[in-house]
Amino acid sequence: MLRYTVLRILGAIPTLLLVIALAFLMVHAAPGGPFDDERALPADVEANIAAAYHLDEPLPQQFLRYMSGLLQGDLGPSYRYRDYTVGELIGTAFPYSLKLGAMAMALALLLGVSAGTVAALRQGTALDKVVMGFSMTGISIPVFVIAPVLVLFLAVKLQWLPAGWSSATGMSRYLLPVITLALPQIAYIARLTRASMIDVLGRDFIRTAHAQGLGTATVVRVHALKPAMLPVLSYMGPAIAAILTGSVVVEEIFGIPGLGQFFVRGALNRDYTLVLGIVVFYASLIVLLNLLVDILYGAIDPRVRYR
Amino acid sequence: MSLLDVQGLTIRYGDETVVDGVDLFIDRGESVGLVGESGSGKSQSALAILGLLPRQAIATGSIEFDGQQILGASDSVLNTLRARRIGIVFQDPMQALNPYLRIGTQLRQIPLTHGLCEKTEIDARVIDMLASVGLPDPERQFRAYPHELSGGMRQRVMLASALIAEPDLLIADEPTTALDVTVQAQILDLLEDMRDNTALLLITHDLGIVAGHCEHTIVLDRGRLVEQGPTTSVFAAPNHAHTKTLLAAAPRVDRGDVPEPVKGSTILSVGDAVVDYRDLQAVSKVSFSVKKGETVAVVGESGSGKSSLVRAMLGLIPMASGRVVYAGSHLEGPVESRAQAPRRDLQLIFQDPVSALNPQMRVQAIVGEPLLVHEPRLNAAARAERVTEILERVGLSQKFLRRFPHELSGGQAQRVAIARALILNPRVLVCDEAVAALDGSVREQVLNVLREVQADTGLSIIFISHDLAVVRSISHRVLVMYLGRLVEMADSQSLFAAPKHPYTRALLDSVPVPDPVAVQKRAPLRGEVPSPVNPPDGCVFHPRCPKADDRCASKAPALRDFNGVRVACHYPNA
Repeated sequence: MLRYTVLRILGAIPTLLLVIALAFLMVHAAPGGPFDDERALPADVEANIAAAYHLDEPLPQQFLRYMSGLLQGDLGPSYRYRDYTVGELIGTAFPYSLKLGAMAMALALLLGVSAGTVAALRQGTALDKVVMGFSMTGISIPVFVIAPVLVLFLAVKLQWLPAGWSSATGMSRYLLPVITLALPQIAYIARLTRASMIDVLGRDFIRTAHAQGLGTATVVRVHALKPAMLPVLSYMGPAIAAILTGSVVVEEIFGIPGLGQFFVRGALNRDYTLVLGIVVFYASLIVLLNLLVDILYGAIDPRVRYR
Repeated sequence: MSLLDVQGLTIRYGDETVVDGVDLFIDRGESVGLVGESGSGKSQSALAILGLLPRQAIATGSIEFDGQQILGASDSVLNTLRARRIGIVFQDPMQALNPYLRIGTQLRQIPLTHGLCEKTEIDARVIDMLASVGLPDPERQFRAYPHELSGGMRQRVMLASALIAEPDLLIADEPTTALDVTVQAQILDLLEDMRDNTALLLITHDLGIVAGHCEHTIVLDRGRLVEQGPTTSVFAAPNHAHTKTLLAAAPRVDRGDVPEPVKGSTILSVGDAVVDYRDLQAVSKVSFSVKKGETVAVVGESGSGKSSLVRAMLGLIPMASGRVVYAGSHLEGPVESRAQAPRRDLQLIFQDPVSALNPQMRVQAIVGEPLLVHEPRLNAAARAERVTEILERVGLSQKFLRRFPHELSGGQAQRVAIARALILNPRVLVCDEAVAALDGSVREQVLNVLREVQADTGLSIIFISHDLAVVRSISHRVLVMYLGRLVEMADSQSLFAAPKHPYTRALLDSVPVPDPVAVQKRAPLRGEVPSPVNPPDGCVFHPRCPKADDRCASKAPALRDFNGVRVACHYPNA
């Protein structure tokens, strides 16, 4: 088990290197640079700044310099937020994104699994069709449409919830962004749960459990839930990635000062180190969470052996 | 009043009637056998008694258990009967137990749900129950997952779950069909020992099991009850034609004609074959040969290496060492690299015909396909003629030509598979459990096809089977394998009359005989086939052998010849 975990983490290193190299190439391939502005700088000033940030060096050398800094845990200085390092920026912004993402994921799992289970138990009934109808809608509508519609109804028309980040304090300002981010995931998880629950409920060992006189609630809780969660668990990897990318849009729409917002600004400003830093951070996070999913998978299905 | 009183039970799925007006009574403590072929409605009836039919099934009639009507009863009423009053054991314990939960976790739900004892005593009660069904080290098995146990041990767990609430009626639905014959004997004996005053409804396709274990016998045919009565009279003087057919089709391991040995030239021989898998040896230095026109059976329980042996011979899996000689020339390497002629001459048919036939091809294309490879110059008309001819030979008319595999019954599908194998006029046909999935009467038809083709063409057959009664009726010679070793090789007449190896003896004794008056001398083998990853020292059979002593534990016996019978045993039977 420990050996497996270590091997998996080591196995992630080439993936991360490739992601960093691609991201590095792409930000540098984009036209313009971090210090281009509407007002052109004098040539000697520009040369000085470039030299100060080593932007005058050939690209491979810049890449090696960046990588050696990375190995020491240094993500470099931000080119635009001049008084901050990229590490500091991530440190201030990530807690918002983490809270947003974690709550969205928790909500998606809670509602998705419950709705899917209920639909599976009432397969073919009106309730099943309503749940599946909602879930199809949820999957089909993109986040940037859901967000304004929710704001329009819940915040502007009904005035139940605050519309933006700055117009409220406390947890209430998280509500709309979390719902927006979670909605497509709730829909997808509900469909996954329903399909796998129907499959599990048709298995012989469920018939055995009924033959032992166990009530439906016990049968689902003790016997069916664990195996039915396996496909949902497999989906957690892609779901985490979807929530991270979704949060970039959602943070921008609601004006949340999270990592997503920094990422978008960084890309627009050619803030090479900031964009790369966030890419490295997110990529590592995804690799780590996927590893966690795999380990959990083994815990649920005892027949999975780690080699 | 009967404990269970079923009257006019009819079960329908849409327009299809699977059980049609069945009446059935079981008194307290009585044992009743419910016999029938697949599709006779026997399992459906059992599920109906527990109220476990799928939602789309429509059941009418009456099922009264101890005065309580079961048809139409609510789940909460049914749940007070299930396990507590009526326990059930299903066929395949690997499927019937939850693979994701520890055995203890599953079993403790039963006393918990039915409030059988104080919560603090539940674990102890479950462990007690596991001990009483003969599980070694029950505390450890309590924490084990089902896949960590052998098939026999899993079925013991299943039996523990059915009996832990001390029900009045135990339903056993094909309880030993998925098990090896020596383990089957153990489980059936355990069932007898454990049930005490519990009434038993034993559902099976195996008349031998009913003959040995039930006082009363009921025969179902396509959903209808065709015969019932005390077991002895049903077997001695069956009234209904279907019962007579079933009895006639049930081969007996203890009597009946055994084919005479074949004299002739050797067509195929295998020498010192060894098959290695990653961490185990599946076949250890096995040699045998097949004569022209001879049927050689390879028998043994799961893990004996019988399938690995023939597959390596055919080049389907690698043979670590050893040689295969066919018609004077050596066959080496994987089948793809072998010459066309031996590939054409050696053909194979599998256990499950439905998955061995391409579902997207019609029978005509399936059977004609080998000709495209081996006789490419044949034109379409000539090919079609050959296909029709060979289908006729296996007893299928032209109307089957345009059918797809799913439109065939199991027996028809297996005949198509045989036709495909025979169309190239092979010299040797390997049948890997080819009749194991077929019902008795259909199995007889398929065996007859093989016998006829052999008589006409001098075909040699290698017949892999776990069913010794079938082997007795078809094979001229028998190889008995245990844990990858050949333990006995003899002509069928000597082997069935006087088996020399104690394992062969035990195998023969374990087969249930469809005759309630035949006195079976039963000395069920202890334990189960050990793991081939860690085979026992000395003679691999010694831990289970009634004759074993220190010598057997330390020194592996060589294969020795006794008047043409080869036996690997220090103390062979006379």
